[in-house]
Amino acid sequence: MRFWYHGWIEKLYILPTFHFKYLGFGWVTIPGDWTYALFVVCALSALCVALGLQYRLAIITFFLSFTYIELLDKTTYLNHYYFISVLSFVLIWLPMHCYFSLDAQQSKKISARYVPQWTVDVLKVLIAIVYIYAGLAKINSDWLLRAMPLSIWLPTKFDVPFLGSLMHEPWMHYLFSWGGMLYDLGIVFLLLFKRTRLWGFALVVLFHLMTRVLFPIGMFPYVMIISSLIFFEPSFHRTILEKFRALFLSNNRPEENNTLYSFTTPLQKMARPMITILIILQIIIPWRYLIYPGNIFWTEEGYRFSWRVMLMEKTGYAQFKIVDGKSEKSFYVQNENFLTAFQQKQMSTQPDFILEYAHYLGDHFSSQGHQNVEVYVDSYAAINGRPSQRFVDPAVNLMTVHRGIAHKDFILPLDE
Amino acid sequence: MTHRFSICCFLLVVCAFFACDKNSDGPMAPVEAFDREALLTDWADEMIVPSLEAYLTSMGNHHDAQVLFFNSPDATSLGHLRSTWLEAYKSWQRVAMYDIGRAEEMGLRNATNIYPTDTDLIKQNVSTQNYKLALPSNNDAQGFPALDFLYFGLADTDEDLIGILSSPEYQSYSMDLVDRMQLLTTGVLNDWNTSFRDDFIANSGASATASVDKMVNDFLFYYEKFLRAGKIGIPAGVFSGSPLGSTVEAPFSGVHSKELFLASFQAVQDFFEGVGFDGVRREVSLLSYIASTSGQDDTRDLGQEITAQWSKAEEAVSLLSDNFKAQVETDNTLMLNAYDELQKAIILLKVDMMQTLNIQVDYVDADGD
Repeated sequence: MRFWYHGWIEKLYILPTFHFKYLGFGWVTIPGDWTYALFVVCALSALCVALGLQYRLAIITFFLSFTYIELLDKTTYLNHYYFISVLSFVLIWLPMHCYFSLDAQQSKKISARYVPQWTVDVLKVLIAIVYIYAGLAKINSDWLLRAMPLSIWLPTKFDVPFLGSLMHEPWMHYLFSWGGMLYDLGIVFLLLFKRTRLWGFALVVLFHLMTRVLFPIGMFPYVMIISSLIFFEPSFHRTILEKFRALFLSNNRPEENNTLYSFTTPLQKMARPMITILIILQIIIPWRYLIYPGNIFWTEEGYRFSWRVMLMEKTGYAQFKIVDGKSEKSFYVQNENFLTAFQQKQMSTQPDFILEYAHYLGDHFSSQGHQNVEVYVDSYAAINGRPSQRFVDPAVNLMTVHRGIAHKDFILPLDE
Repeated sequence: MTHRFSICCFLLVVCAFFACDKNSDGPMAPVEAFDREALLTDWADEMIVPSLEAYLTSMGNHHDAQVLFFNSPDATSLGHLRSTWLEAYKSWQRVAMYDIGRAEEMGLRNATNIYPTDTDLIKQNVSTQNYKLALPSNNDAQGFPALDFLYFGLADTDEDLIGILSSPEYQSYSMDLVDRMQLLTTGVLNDWNTSFRDDFIANSGASATASVDKMVNDFLFYYEKFLRAGKIGIPAGVFSGSPLGSTVEAPFSGVHSKELFLASFQAVQDFFEGVGFDGVRREVSLLSYIASTSGQDDTRDLGQEITAQWSKAEEAVSLLSDNFKAQVETDNTLMLNAYDELQKAIILLKVDMMQTLNIQVDYVDADGD
């Protein structure tokens, strides 16, 4: 809904003539104006999930439509969208609809009062993975020793009430950096134990509201605040639901099944193994950057899908040169003829984007009649306040480099 | 009793903390926040408004020269026409980059300096006498480039040119062009002199729509598109593979492209360094803003790197002939060298400067993560 309101559906998905695709998902296409329909489907299925109406169908639809939207363009990748995709996949297998839902009201078969402990624990594990990996990612010299990138971001937040006048002070930058790291690593433990749970939740609210005020991160803070409620015990949730029922619904409770939900059908029994596999993947995937040489902030190989949230300030500039191998004529490309401002911003700092765009340009100009097209890029990037440096080797003809998961050796090493 | 006492103490300390004057010289305040309001005030009062006023005056002079010429068209009045045109054109170069507020709304730059001009469209407009200059389709048939064609390109000899230009159809067209430029500029200046100046300065926050962010983006856009590409890069064939002499600024008058470039380049540098219209260097400027940010310390002086690179660019441009069109047709490598030097500054501006000031390029307003 936010996307519609801000006009982002048109700006991000319909207007651009070219979209960056995830590896293996090149077949995903923008359905033009039907993209609006896609968003409607997504919103409706989310509503059904919330109401607990036709839950299984709704959550599957939501997962597919939401993930499809995210697959449309790599440019809009955000960690919290990835989180929603993962979460909604897990929810497909969980019995979310057996209590306080329209489905349970209608069907005694579905209704149950109890669910196996592991179904709740699984969600806690997912959240723990996000926080702990985010915290681990913050253990790096830029974040802790140089207070970067907060030293760049905070000084322009002078309008924030109470704290605004302190935002240019270096000690504030260190306070926020270390505080953020410690919060990420420790918050799950505070939430797990009853004695510290309320303090933990207060911290959750404080932390996420502050980040909401400081940074343009959309729904992320609210998603995290609400999902941290999963750590509270069942009686807490039951109390909330009862209050809700008393306030908004008529007070006649449907006859409740005092049973434990059980996974009976073969498909339902696949829940545990599927979720186990997913959790194993979630734990392993963030470590894949170790396979690649070079500084992960610079090469960005293995950067996505690993909860590296708001971790660096990277700015780049990329000018592409097209050489007609036959006539030896060359010219530079004006990127705004092909990419939106947002795409240019993402492209200039991420080598996989640069490579994909280079191929796109090469194919485009070949189709225009140029022969033996070679594509070179004059590209620079600056990271966390360091001086700008050459990013990609200008002598490499990017048309000869293939897209894939192999290391990109056309990236020049970072001069730290 | 002790519990309440310690809470009160704590609150007192917190209040005292927040009440601290941020300009205090105590050990708790080593770094001062940059004063964006002062920067915006300087920009508005010392640069933008004076430049607009000077430009409007020069256009007034040119209008008078037009009246003089059309009353008695001869070689002298033509010379006067041309020289006032050049002075106004140079004065425009100090105004061109301020594409903000009213100027942006009314499309002042589009109505004033879109080139190459469409000579066929001009001739068509003149002969049909049926045109609406306000339509975007007429952008390349008006402004200084159109006047360049009318005053220098209508015929091969001055005598013939005087004959054609002084005809009633050409007279009304050229006077319409100047009238429109004056009208738009007056509108922009009035806006600055009434409400916009205060709004501009009050909008001193840090966001995609804040004045400083917008102004810096406009500045970069102007440098990249109009100065670097428009005046040098496109004619040198950087984006097309071979030189395009007809795309220089003021091609019909021939020898003024370099002069116009230098006026524009000087305006760019003055803006960056905080040099006002009166030639006095101000304390607050983009240069001083950069120096105040955290990335700049003893090991690096980004502002100085930028100005040093611009000096190199000036050197490269000084080697060029006054006539850019002839330059690209005879020895294009000098033009390409000048382009390269201007280009190097772009990296420092678009990557280093934008990062250290934490300003986003081009109003990217989607969520981040």
